[in-house]
This record gives sequence, C-alpha cells and structure tokens, in this order.
Amino acid sequence: MATIRISAPDTASRGEVIELKAMIQHPMETGYRRGASGEEISRNIITRFECSYNGETVFAADFHPAIAANPFLTFYTTATASGTLEFVWTDQTGESWSESHEIAVE
Amino acid sequence: MIRTAAAAFLLLAACSGGAEDDSPMAPAELPDEVKQTGTAFLQPETRALQEDDFANPGFLWVDRGQALFREASGQSKACSACHGEDGAGLEGAAAHYPRIDEVSGELVNLEGRINLCRSRHQGLEPLVYESDDLLALTAYVANLSRGTPVSVDVTGAAAAYYETGRDYFFTKRGQFNLACSQCHNEHWGERLRGDTISQGHGNGFPAYRLEWQTLGSLHRRLRDCDSGIRAEPLDYGSDIYTAVELYLAKRAEGLPVETPAVRR
Repeated sequence: MATIRISAPDTASRGEVIELKAMIQHPMETGYRRGASGEEISRNIITRFECSYNGETVFAADFHPAIAANPFLTFYTTATASGTLEFVWTDQTGESWSESHEIAVE
Repeated sequence: MIRTAAAAFLLLAACSGGAEDDSPMAPAELPDEVKQTGTAFLQPETRALQEDDFANPGFLWVDRGQALFREASGQSKACSACHGEDGAGLEGAAAHYPRIDEVSGELVNLEGRINLCRSRHQGLEPLVYESDDLLALTAYVANLSRGTPVSVDVTGAAAAYYETGRDYFFTKRGQFNLACSQCHNEHWGERLRGDTISQGHGNGFPAYRLEWQTLGSLHRRLRDCDSGIRAEPLDYGSDIYTAVELYLAKRAEGLPVETPAVRR
C-alpha cells in the first residue's frame, strides 16, 4: 500500500491558475545498488505519473532511476470547470495507485 | 578519500584524547545555555523541507500511522478505541519517553510501548523494529507531541538505565576509539567532511534522513554513528540503545519534539 498526499484547492474561480502538489511513498530503487551481503537490489521504480482533469490529461511525467524516493511533484493548471482531478502513478510492472480530488469552479 | 577521512578521524581522536584520560574529573555534560536542536545545524533548504507540512516526506509515515491507528485488524480493537479517534489522549505523551513500564519495571521507548499495547491490549503480534508500520505508528504518536518540550523521569528504576546510557555516551569505542561526547559535546558546530556536527539530540526522531531516503528510528541513527566510528552497531531495540535514548532525552530536555524532522 502506498501512501499518497495531494494538495489542491477545493474551490477556484474560472480561468485561475491553480497549484497542484502530489507525493507518493515509494522507494524508487535504482537497480544499481547492492545490499549488505553484495547481492544486487533489483530495480523498482514508478515510471509514469499522470494528472487528468475531468478526463483530460493536463500534466504527465516519465520517471527514471535518478528520481529520488517518495517522488514529489508541484505543477500548475488552469481551473476550467468543476469536476475531478485524478492523480495516477504507474510502476514498471504496470501496478498503479491513484487518488482523486474534487474541485468546484465558479 | 576514505584514507583522508580516517586520518581526519584519528587526528580528531588524538587531539581530544590525552589530558582528559588522566583527569579524575567526571566528563563534562553539554551546558544548557548552548543547547540547540538538530534543526539549527541544517542547511536552509533542508530546514525549509522540514518546516513545510506538505513537502516534508516524513508526513507520508504520519499519515500512514494515523490510518493504522484507526484500523482494527481481525479480532482486535483499534488503537483509537482507547486513545480517541485523533489520539487526543496521547498528546504530549511521547515527550516523556523512554520511560519505565509499570508492569515489567523495564525501560521502554515509544516503539516498545506500541508493541506492548499490541500484545497486552490488542492481541496482536509485535511489529518488527524498523518496519514501515512500526515507524509509521511511532511517527504518528510522536507527532501528536510536536512542540511539547522533551522531559523524562530518570529517578527510581530509571536511574540505572540513565547511568548505562550516559556511560555509553562517554565511552570511547570502535577502531577510531571515539566517544559520542567527543563529537557531540566537544566539537558540535564544527565540520566533519561535508557535514556540520550536531549536538546529537533525538527530539526529531523518527526522522526522515535524506541519506536514507526514508524515515528511520533513533536506533537506526545510533547504529549509523557506531558504524561511522567503526564500532559494532547494536541490534535494533537493544536495551543499551534504549538506555542511550533515555540519556539523550534527558540531555535534550526542554527542546521541543519535532517528529517528523528532516535530517541530512
């Protein structure tokens, strides 16, 4: 289970630029490290993050092994209509985690 | 690089040994008037990360801990069934740990208390030390005391543990033959390679260390210090480390709990 933290406004005026923050608990293991007894620690990373606003992708990012553990993103979008922001992280095996946030636009 | 570092350590050890070894005086405690939390020794960026309650990655564990606190698994009751939905009954409690467990008469830290609660009142298996779930619960409960000054009882049954912890702090050990006090009492504020040496207070733990890329307990930090001076690290949850934790808490008395702190 991955813990997710989202910061997004509950209300905004139409046309306003809003700040969105998203963090997920994940080790982002690079695959380049070795354990205490010399064994390889296999790669385990999130490869894709997407944020959609009423179904339309407004921000996306590809992650690579150099991204730190517990990746934290801050980005912006324009408030266009009331609805749902959905944040989705997908790892290298295709497993995904998501969180959504309702926003009211006046 | 390693050789240079080793030489620096040996030099440090050599400089601060000598005269004190022959001195019959008790080793000097850190004076109250210079006492500073570890946050004071951070770079501004790291400090900003700690002080932002959203960006501070330690809150991932606090959030998880809150969920676990309210969750009843199997036949057992949730922590919140006794301590309140928001843990109101536990506010300030973590600032007084480690303390003597009244039933067993032994010293327990917060991790130990959580595991005792699980076995005595919840009918659950104790969590493994340093597991994500134990760290999360510990961080959540400690965070309920954020801002409360550390204050521990070192009288009665705790006195012997306090002496054990104090002794560990002032005893030279490892291949570098260094005592905790040599860095954290005598050379705090000075540079050790890329770092500024802190006073070694535990008031921010469990803390998110950038080096670990995760949250970790004070015992993990003590193990790092011990391996840093090339001494044999003790086991997680060992009685001696818990005694050191008590000594450190007494030494940090008055500093506010900062869990989850961010450290280098």
